[in-house]
Amino acid sequence: MNPTKLRVDHLTAFYDGKAAISDINLEFPERAVSAIIGPSGCGKSTLIRCLNRMHETVPRTRVEGHVLLDGEDVYAEDPVRVRRRIGMVFQKPNPFVTMSIYNNVSAALRFNGRHSREATDRAVVRSLEQAALWDEVKDRIDAPATSLSGGQQQRLCIARALAANPEVILMDEPCSALDPIATSKIEELIGRLKNDYTVVIVTHNMQQAARVSDYTAFLYIGKLIEFGPTEELFERPKEHLTEAYITGRFG
Amino acid sequence: MRFDRHARRKWFSHAITVLAGLSVLVVLIPLASILYEAASIGGPAFSPSFFTQTSATPCSPTPGHPCSLGGIGPALQGTIILVGLAGLISVAVEVAAAVFATEYRGRGLGRAISFTADVLTGIPSVIAGVFIYTYFVLYDPTIVFSTLTGALALSVIMIPIVTRTTEEALRTVPNSIREAALALGISKWRTTLQIVFVTALPGVLTGALLSVMRGAGEAAPLLFTAFGSRIFFQGLNKPINALPLLIYNFAESPYQNWIELAWGAALLLIILILVVNVLSRLMIQRMVRRMRGQ
Amino acid sequence: MLVGGFIVLLLIFLIAAILVREASASFQAFGFAFLWGTQWNPATNIYGVVPFAVGTLLTSGIGLLIGVPLALGSAIFITTQAPTWLRGPVGTVIELLAAIPSVVYGFWGLYVLGPYMHATVEPNLQHFLGWTGLFGGTASGTDVLTASVILAVMVVPTISAVSRETLAAVPAAQKEAALSLGATNWETTRVSLIPYARSGIIGGIVLGLGRALGETMAVTMTIGNRDTVPTSLLSQGQSIASLMANELTSTTGPLQYSAIIEAGLILLLISLLVNVSARLLVWRVLKVGGGIVE
Repeated sequence: MNPTKLRVDHLTAFYDGKAAISDINLEFPERAVSAIIGPSGCGKSTLIRCLNRMHETVPRTRVEGHVLLDGEDVYAEDPVRVRRRIGMVFQKPNPFVTMSIYNNVSAALRFNGRHSREATDRAVVRSLEQAALWDEVKDRIDAPATSLSGGQQQRLCIARALAANPEVILMDEPCSALDPIATSKIEELIGRLKNDYTVVIVTHNMQQAARVSDYTAFLYIGKLIEFGPTEELFERPKEHLTEAYITGRFG
Repeated sequence: MRFDRHARRKWFSHAITVLAGLSVLVVLIPLASILYEAASIGGPAFSPSFFTQTSATPCSPTPGHPCSLGGIGPALQGTIILVGLAGLISVAVEVAAAVFATEYRGRGLGRAISFTADVLTGIPSVIAGVFIYTYFVLYDPTIVFSTLTGALALSVIMIPIVTRTTEEALRTVPNSIREAALALGISKWRTTLQIVFVTALPGVLTGALLSVMRGAGEAAPLLFTAFGSRIFFQGLNKPINALPLLIYNFAESPYQNWIELAWGAALLLIILILVVNVLSRLMIQRMVRRMRGQ
Repeated sequence: MLVGGFIVLLLIFLIAAILVREASASFQAFGFAFLWGTQWNPATNIYGVVPFAVGTLLTSGIGLLIGVPLALGSAIFITTQAPTWLRGPVGTVIELLAAIPSVVYGFWGLYVLGPYMHATVEPNLQHFLGWTGLFGGTASGTDVLTASVILAVMVVPTISAVSRETLAAVPAAQKEAALSLGATNWETTRVSLIPYARSGIIGGIVLGLGRALGETMAVTMTIGNRDTVPTSLLSQGQSIASLMANELTSTTGPLQYSAIIEAGLILLLISLLVNVSARLLVWRVLKVGGGIVE
């Protein structure tokens, strides 16, 4: 197992006073894909949103515990800096609707001071290539982002997140709004991303988790039931609950 | 190097927050100042005679010779009569117009009425006064300056406001209610009036109150119509005073007692408008809650 | 029913028709030269609209120049920075500014703002910015600048309310996208909120312009009422609205009367145009639910 990139330490997160996840302890290895699975409402989205401190952007929420990125607690740091190092792709593609494809991808670069046109161009092309979108948009890079199909928009969002040069990429059910072909393109892409980034993906689709991830965590009603190498978890689950979920007895 | 840039971005974001907060404060300064002046100069003028008497002769106090104030009775009465009359006229017209526009909203006529009402809300209030003035100068010069023309000028302003808000309120009534009523065999007109209208009542009332607030505060349209007067209501065909007119006339005078009366009238207007504002919000909330509970 | 609806339609035609009729004498006398005539002289019976057009445009323009940043700053503060419990109350208080009648603003301008401008602001402006040539003449506190400041205060609630609504209507996903990229508070607002709400904000500004153009009482009481083209921001001037308020009922001859009406007609046309475009902009954003139709 690779060294730990992201460690979750006694993490509990609240919505309106009620705990959505409690006392989660996890270690995500670097340059690997870890999936978080579980039935709806088990807290997977809440967990992943706590990793880059997006959970607290919603009113009436609270977080207890620690999330350590390379040993440093992200909750002791400036959230703006944390989100630069930990990027996110959302369930429904959310490109900036008033911007072109180019401007979407380069958005993060423009926060961080002036870069030359050439440097930005290079970063944009590289990110779009990593997201397997470059070939499809290279001759209409200034077209509005909304002119792309759903699957393309999601890959655009991935490119946009990559352009910020993160170390970790979080994906919250990135394919649930997409058709099977778009989904498989993205799954392919995830397989390549793990060479350079640590990927954590939330999915409600067990088969997807089995295809795409190296490690899997199973959550149930806000608690972590089991975490381990994907193959082991799916073929020889240690917990009875895990086995029940995987064999389709609920969820 | 990287730390520097990050710190600069954070600092800039904080600076914007401070500026934005400052703008809120700057915006609130005139409000505070107006309320302060009205309360401190106008407040002391309040007394039973203030509301009922006519204003005293203009004077500025000299040592040993204080001025009497009198009151703003005629202006207060005038405002109530003018706004009441204008309100009646407006309600009659706008209920009809809004119902017509909504129930026939697909057709060109309904849309035309809606658009026109919208456009009319944008005319400067002084033009409403000019319109009524020029009309009567042409066709009946004897009553150019009268309660009637004043009320008409105010209704020109109030009609579009109430029409639009009523129309919006009617539109928010879900179609399912209309269909349910029609399916029960209730005629289209009765459906509209008794069922749809009643459901939309909170919105309609808000609009009515909004227009009353506007009407009570307008001076420009009354400059050429109601014209103002020192005495109480003499008849629909005679000039009449109103609170905003009194404020305008007395404010520009050099007389201390008149200026005090003007601030008193200003305070009264502000209080009235505030009270109507708060009351209407409470009433709407109660009505909405009751209707939802049903 | 029908009567009410038709009255609304009829109203706008009636207003236009009467004003055109009464303005025709002036139009026949001066033709289009009225639009660039700078003289307004009852003695020689020569009239032109320029002094008042300049007065209107200057006061509205500077009013917007001052008011728009304040309104936007407040809107941004309320929508993005203020804690949730503070948002409602602050918004309501700013809307209170909109409820204060124009004549009370004028009164306050005459007694509080004017003297303050006279004693403090204007001498400083002349001292530090005199080189711009904008602040010539003697500072008096009753001039174009003071009227502009009052207009600024009066348009802030309108622009702020519309901006707040459109900013709040931006889907949360856009904001989350910016935040997840590591944007600061201001960067998030700048990149995801403002571009999306842009047409609505502009619509609000244009709406504010429409209000400022037609403002009568506050301007009349603070602008100085001189029928000449202002040569500096500290000159006395006259807007079209204040011209009508001051001189319509005391004209020295039928041609002057007709000229005043013609000026009013021009004001009516401009404010209608402005208001219609504002509503189109705002309607498009709010009804369609976004800055871009997807």
